[in-house]
Amino acid sequence: MSMLKSRETILALAILALLAAIASRFPGFVAPRNLARVLTDTSPLILLALGQMAVILTKCIDLSVAANLALCGMVAALMNGAGVPLPVILLAVVLLGGVLGAVNGLLVWRLGIPSIVVTLGTMTIYRGSIFLMTGGAWINAHQMSDAFKAFPRTVVLGLPVMAWIGLAGIAAMALLLTRTPLGRAFYAVGGNPHAAVYTGISVGRTQCAAFVLSGALAGLTGYLWVARYAVAYVDIAAGFELDVVAACVIGGIAIAGGAGSVAGAVMGALFLGIIKNALPVVGISPFWQMAISGSAILLAIAFNAASRRDPGRIILKQAEHRT
Amino acid sequence: MTTAINGRHIPDRLTSPAARALKSWEALLLVVAIAIFILNTLASPYFLDPWNLSDASFNFTEKAMIAFAMAMLIVAGEIDLSVGAIIALASTVMGLAMTAGASTPVLVLLGLGTGLLCGAFNGLLVAGFGLPSIVVTIGTMSLFRGVSYIVLGDGAFTGYPESFAWFGQGYVFWVITVELVIFALAALVFGILLHRTSFGRMVYAIGNNATAARFSGIRVERVRFVLFLLTGLMSGIAAICLTSRLGSTRPSIAAGFELEVVTIVVLGGVSILGGSGSVLGVVLAALVMGLVTFGLGLLNVPGIVMSIVTGALLISVIALPRLWAMARRR
Repeated sequence: MSMLKSRETILALAILALLAAIASRFPGFVAPRNLARVLTDTSPLILLALGQMAVILTKCIDLSVAANLALCGMVAALMNGAGVPLPVILLAVVLLGGVLGAVNGLLVWRLGIPSIVVTLGTMTIYRGSIFLMTGGAWINAHQMSDAFKAFPRTVVLGLPVMAWIGLAGIAAMALLLTRTPLGRAFYAVGGNPHAAVYTGISVGRTQCAAFVLSGALAGLTGYLWVARYAVAYVDIAAGFELDVVAACVIGGIAIAGGAGSVAGAVMGALFLGIIKNALPVVGISPFWQMAISGSAILLAIAFNAASRRDPGRIILKQAEHRT
Repeated sequence: MTTAINGRHIPDRLTSPAARALKSWEALLLVVAIAIFILNTLASPYFLDPWNLSDASFNFTEKAMIAFAMAMLIVAGEIDLSVGAIIALASTVMGLAMTAGASTPVLVLLGLGTGLLCGAFNGLLVAGFGLPSIVVTIGTMSLFRGVSYIVLGDGAFTGYPESFAWFGQGYVFWVITVELVIFALAALVFGILLHRTSFGRMVYAIGNNATAARFSGIRVERVRFVLFLLTGLMSGIAAICLTSRLGSTRPSIAAGFELEVVTIVVLGGVSILGGSGSVLGVVLAALVMGLVTFGLGLLNVPGIVMSIVTGALLISVIALPRLWAMARRR
């Protein structure tokens, strides 16, 4: 019974119901090959949602992920144009993304500026920097080397590398959150910052680490994005930061910090990814996508609020409601 | 914890060094505004042209109108990220009515009504069901704009009646635009509402400590609901101005407005954690943003670079008093 009540189970059931509804009219959608395509398509969202999850767990928010992704993607494309070998590019974008994340983290940690203000600022700065680097020029498919474009699409054991990277990200994040001191610190800092301080955890440093993680994942995703779609320009992934936050919210990551699971974040991302992939198949205009995902977010948070129990503070709650 | 420095204080009782710097925030903004004004004058002979200046006011008036209501909402510790989407929806509703042959007064009423309804929807979800406003408004942002996309697809409504153009393109006295007058009126109304009424005091009280406010008899939920109504209403007014100025409705209208509005509010010295801030600061921040955008435009700096400047301005203005306080403590 408690299994049934867990948010992850219900979300999994919702996804299965969604798939069943689509399959009832378009059986081709649930063919393994197509599901693999959906997973590949959703991998960028999954990777970013995992990073965002760490940030949200620590009571922060990272609105600069999409800009970070775009900047690192452009740098990857430029490096490729300069003839840098692919492994070096991969290392460089992860590092660059991590550094950009560290800028956010340090501003939050050292100066104590609220994360929403910091990342609102760095979001515009990072995206603007792409323009400064390129003068607004596009880098198109014919300007990219074949190896650069092929890597995310190379099929290994039946799945493209992009999907494998998504799966690896999920596994790594699950290990990090459940098996390491840093993972526990993320939860502790978001759950109760004051208690965390008394147990010897530095709140600011933990938040900074979450931003670095989110940034590094955004950097990696930047390369994957640019290589897969074979184009880099100033506005790639514009507005994607809200999709990422939405995936976390649908996945039951508490926006106030301290609660949430990798499974939830992944399923939140998959839910949005399935909707996006299914709309053209079902014959609904993609213009419905925003309204549907908006409704899904509202339903998810309404559900979260309804299932939330706060046993430690019942007396206070009653007192609050009595007034 | 440095986070606590500027939060949770009533403006009259600021004590820490950084907070004292914050107290003169408006003075700082005024200095910045004057400096940019002088720089602009030196940079381009075309800057001081009254017609140019009045056209430049469009850079900030629509966003600033919403920023006043958003400032109150943020002082109360909430946020509304759906304002740009409300503009899109209100503009779409007006467009639908326009194609059905509605007259200008009807269009205006529909714009205001849509804004109020959207605000009421946000307010109901946040105040009524106790959901976190940042998440609710991310959801309604997709929802409201999504409806515009469903109605319009990749099309647009054009051909608004000529009398409707007055709101976004008209002048009241010589070169003073209608929008500038609405901006000034809004500043006055919100200044009085936040700083001179008991409702304003309640907003501060809720932002400082919602539980304490509840126990002192403030109907917290009702105040929150009204605040969301206000951002909805101001977005409706902005939608009328923007639609009238552009003469068309596209589903992507006012995209990204919410972040610029929040930037103006935060730059104006309103703490994102709630509990402190003033309308005067928001007015000055809007002027600073408008002057920066206009000055860079005169120098032919592309829009995307302006956004770098905006972002850098936001972070540095917030960071400077804190850096200063840290340096003094050593």
